[in-house]
Amino acid sequence: MQSLKLAVIAAIAIGFGGSAQADLKPSSGFGKPITQAELSAWDIDISTSDGVGLPSGSGTVAQGAKIFAEKCATCHGEGAKGGTQFGQMFGGLDSMTTPKRKLNPSSMFPYAPILFDYTKRAMPMDAPQSLTNNEVYALSGYIYSLSGLVPKNATIDAKYLSNMKMPNRNGFISDDRPDAKAVRCLSKCN
Amino acid sequence: MSRKTKLSQYDKNMIDVLAEPTREEASALLKHKTYAKEERLYEDMSELGRGRRRFMSGIAAAGAAAAAAGTLGSASAKAEKLSVPEWSKSMGRPIDPKVYGLPSKYEGHYKRNRTDVYVNKQNFSDWSMTPIQHQKGIVTPNGVIFERHHAGIADIDPDKHRLVIHGMVKRPMVYTMDALMRYPSVSRFHFLECSGNGLTDWLKPLSKTVQQTHGLLSCSQWTGIPISWLLDEVGMSKDAKWILFEGADGSGHARSIPISKAMGEGMLVFGSGGEMLRPENGYPLRAFFPGWEGNTCVKWLRRIKVSDKPWHLRSETARYTDPMPGGKWRQFSMEMECKSVIANPSGGMQLKGPGDYTIQGFAWSGRGSIKAVDVTTDGGKTWRAAEVEGPVMDKCMTQFRYNWKWDGAPTKIASRAVDSTGYVQPTVEDLKKARYIAGFVQHHNGIFPWSVSANGEVKNAIA
Ligand code: HEC
Repeated sequence: MQSLKLAVIAAIAIGFGGSAQADLKPSSGFGKPITQAELSAWDIDISTSDGVGLPSGSGTVAQGAKIFAEKCATCHGEGAKGGTQFGQMFGGLDSMTTPKRKLNPSSMFPYAPILFDYTKRAMPMDAPQSLTNNEVYALSGYIYSLSGLVPKNATIDAKYLSNMKMPNRNGFISDDRPDAKAVRCLSKCN
Repeated sequence: MSRKTKLSQYDKNMIDVLAEPTREEASALLKHKTYAKEERLYEDMSELGRGRRRFMSGIAAAGAAAAAAGTLGSASAKAEKLSVPEWSKSMGRPIDPKVYGLPSKYEGHYKRNRTDVYVNKQNFSDWSMTPIQHQKGIVTPNGVIFERHHAGIADIDPDKHRLVIHGMVKRPMVYTMDALMRYPSVSRFHFLECSGNGLTDWLKPLSKTVQQTHGLLSCSQWTGIPISWLLDEVGMSKDAKWILFEGADGSGHARSIPISKAMGEGMLVFGSGGEMLRPENGYPLRAFFPGWEGNTCVKWLRRIKVSDKPWHLRSETARYTDPMPGGKWRQFSMEMECKSVIANPSGGMQLKGPGDYTIQGFAWSGRGSIKAVDVTTDGGKTWRAAEVEGPVMDKCMTQFRYNWKWDGAPTKIASRAVDSTGYVQPTVEDLKKARYIAGFVQHHNGIFPWSVSANGEVKNAIA
């Protein structure tokens, strides 16, 4: 009886990967508890729709312009007009309904903190995670100011970014595929 | 020997498979852009000790090989008298005491290539493609699994690597690689495809070869542990709905994944194709979500964070989204839909005269397994079922073959796959009815035709 039961379990396990996994799962794990203080250097993500995770600190558009010229312009070009490694990073706010959609932080990002999150984790590309929070706020303000989303005299902080209304805020729809309707025609198809 | 007739190994293979070219055809081949590049490989190989001798005998033997293969148009070609080659009259290379074996030096053409259509201004956030036209069977060798990096290839010491799981969990945990490898591992065959596979070829043919049109596709047996085991271990909050997966590379690449996928099929992978992951593929640890776009399968995985909502990061808003009518973008379209392509013959290849050819290619679906593949050899008027080779596995590359007698008239050939959900691979026209084709178009799973001209030249015939 026991062996029959095992055979049934085995058959189910072969049929459904999930069951096989459940059978193998060890009764205790091998992780080690870690505290927030211990992992804080890695905890860099921003929940961009509500700004949760944005750190304290601030920076001005003017400071951002200066930092950009020093640390970013080599690849992005003067004034983010496009450089040796990447194209123009502003404008095109009305391009979404045209055949040439322009993709940049101001035109594309539905939430302003996305720029903070991305710059902090990935830029400058040759020295990622080297910028201070104040520098990232200043750069965010500067980059958005190039598209007129932020006034030239603004000081940017967590609250400022969380409250910005981005032009592409309502530009996204969720996955509704399958969307294409094809039929399996076999003869006289075209 | 004149430079004009110096063929690369790549050309030589095509000749072996397809036909013996005339002198004119051979030099025409060499003028072809992609071939010109391959020619350098020949130079590389001569440095490796492969002299021109092999090339010359290769050309001479091509006719004989063609006749011997029996699949070619020139049935009248006469076999040459066989002689006993050098390698039969000597001992081979001695056995190395310890070695990681490499492909034959004559297989130098089997390489990943970066895109030659959408050329990035730098090569750190870039991609390179799998030569699927040369792939034997459904498993992609580790050395040619396609690449997409956002800040180059991280070089990670596995002893120093850590995985952290935190956020809306009861017990935040950190794992060493040793700890992760103490769990019983599971191994599964699955394809991996970049959402940008086919990025450049919607409206007009830009890519020359199937490597360029469809090479952001690979398949392996992936080994690791179910993510659900660790999520159970840390104890997620009742309100948990989305999970962030973040890489340890310089781009800190991160994606939000719905809890159902993570708890279902999601894997933490450390092995592929029988060994530890290659650095390009995320060594020592990556996420793997079977059937979902490669971008979600975060490489060099260092952190998992649980939340009640998605993060809406750059890679899930400004990139990896699909342009839709009315200025909209479709977001979180992570499942790779049913798709297929003919890999042989494909763009850049040359058929030699009417006769029997085997059409070979691959089909795959992120929603299940492949139920059928149809092939057309008359430009889409009629379609016939191809032979689908087992094992046919869930969310896995599946090979098909179809025997075709080419009458020598110009035509178009294509494949169309149907998956286990009944979904039929659409044409680009079908897709265009639902989507808007502009800018960075992702998730192209349209039927992909190749044209065959009267002189046997095979070319990209999209749109
Ligand atoms: C070494 C070259 C280099 C440097 C220096 C550099 N970047 Fe970049 N940046 C890039 C590349 C390449 C990309 C595209 C990366 C990708 O898409 O994966 C990029 C992308 C970006 C983007 C995303 C643009 C978009 O349209 O979504 C932002 C924002 C950005 N960089 C900001 C900065 C800032 C701010 C600095 C200076 C602190 C900086 N970068 C320095 C190379 C560089």
